[in-house]
Amino acid sequence: MDQIDRDIINALQGGFPITEHPFAQAGQGLELGEDDLIARIEAMLADNTLTRFGPLYNADTMGGAVTLCAMSVPEKDFEQVANMVNSFDEVAHNYERSHELNMWFVVGAGTRQEIDAVLHAIEQAAGLEVHDMPKTSEFFIGLRFEA
Amino acid sequence: MDKIAIDATDKEIILATQAGLELVREPYKQVAQQLGLSTSAVLERMKAMLEGGVIRRIGVIPNHYALGYRSNGMTVWDIADDQILTLGQKIGNLPFVSHCYERPRHPPQWTYNLFAMVHAKTREGVEQQAAEIQTILGDNCRAHDILYSTRILKKTGLRFANQNDQNSKRE
Repeated sequence: MDQIDRDIINALQGGFPITEHPFAQAGQGLELGEDDLIARIEAMLADNTLTRFGPLYNADTMGGAVTLCAMSVPEKDFEQVANMVNSFDEVAHNYERSHELNMWFVVGAGTRQEIDAVLHAIEQAAGLEVHDMPKTSEFFIGLRFEA
Repeated sequence: MDKIAIDATDKEIILATQAGLELVREPYKQVAQQLGLSTSAVLERMKAMLEGGVIRRIGVIPNHYALGYRSNGMTVWDIADDQILTLGQKIGNLPFVSHCYERPRHPPQWTYNLFAMVHAKTREGVEQQAAEIQTILGDNCRAHDILYSTRILKKTGLRFANQNDQNSKRE
């Protein structure tokens, strides 16, 4: 990654134009031709500096349901419970975290009813309470990573 | 954020672009051809989705680990309910916050109602960011904590499924 790559990352984490020739337009501010900009982005995707290029969609807008759940899992049962939780297709992420509530996972499904069924099944299988924390408000995200 | 209505054509555009845009000179034209739409229709619909918040943003999505952001902390805060909308917005706007949500408390185990995920290159950096958040919250914050992830147990990601293909929503 050189300075030009850094400039691309710093400038283009949003604001990519919605026009017929967006790379040409985006390249102007970076003093790059459209083919050079395309090649740079292609190379950064190939070497995993970028995970993706394109629109980032708001997960709420397709009508699905998502929630964040937390459980307090005894250490001796941790691996077994993790495997059981992970076995559900609806579980998208699962993290061990430094807290008494030590297992945090995201559940996504087409409807809230499907989520309820998954959480109930996990509670039954684990014999533990699942703390269901669906978001009640979401705040605008200003995140930009500096390269 | 207010949601705008999306129709079946918008959904087709979402499904065709959620994994990324093609790296060609006219990527929107490519989407249009794939879906049998005019380029101007794709441009107009994507502009409307961006303005309406269906698209959060368009651009490069860096691998934050590759950029050296190896430390992430889930910072959690107990905020007076009548202050949370104002303060949550301020925290979400910080450049190092990647997710910011109000969530229900589960007392007694869990008394926090504001979640802000922060990213830094080191754990000290995470602590500095948490301190910055604490300064903004001031007396409106009754308690806070930082939960570090000690292990990724699963990471497949959420994907929107085609309605005819409800079981394929995983990456």
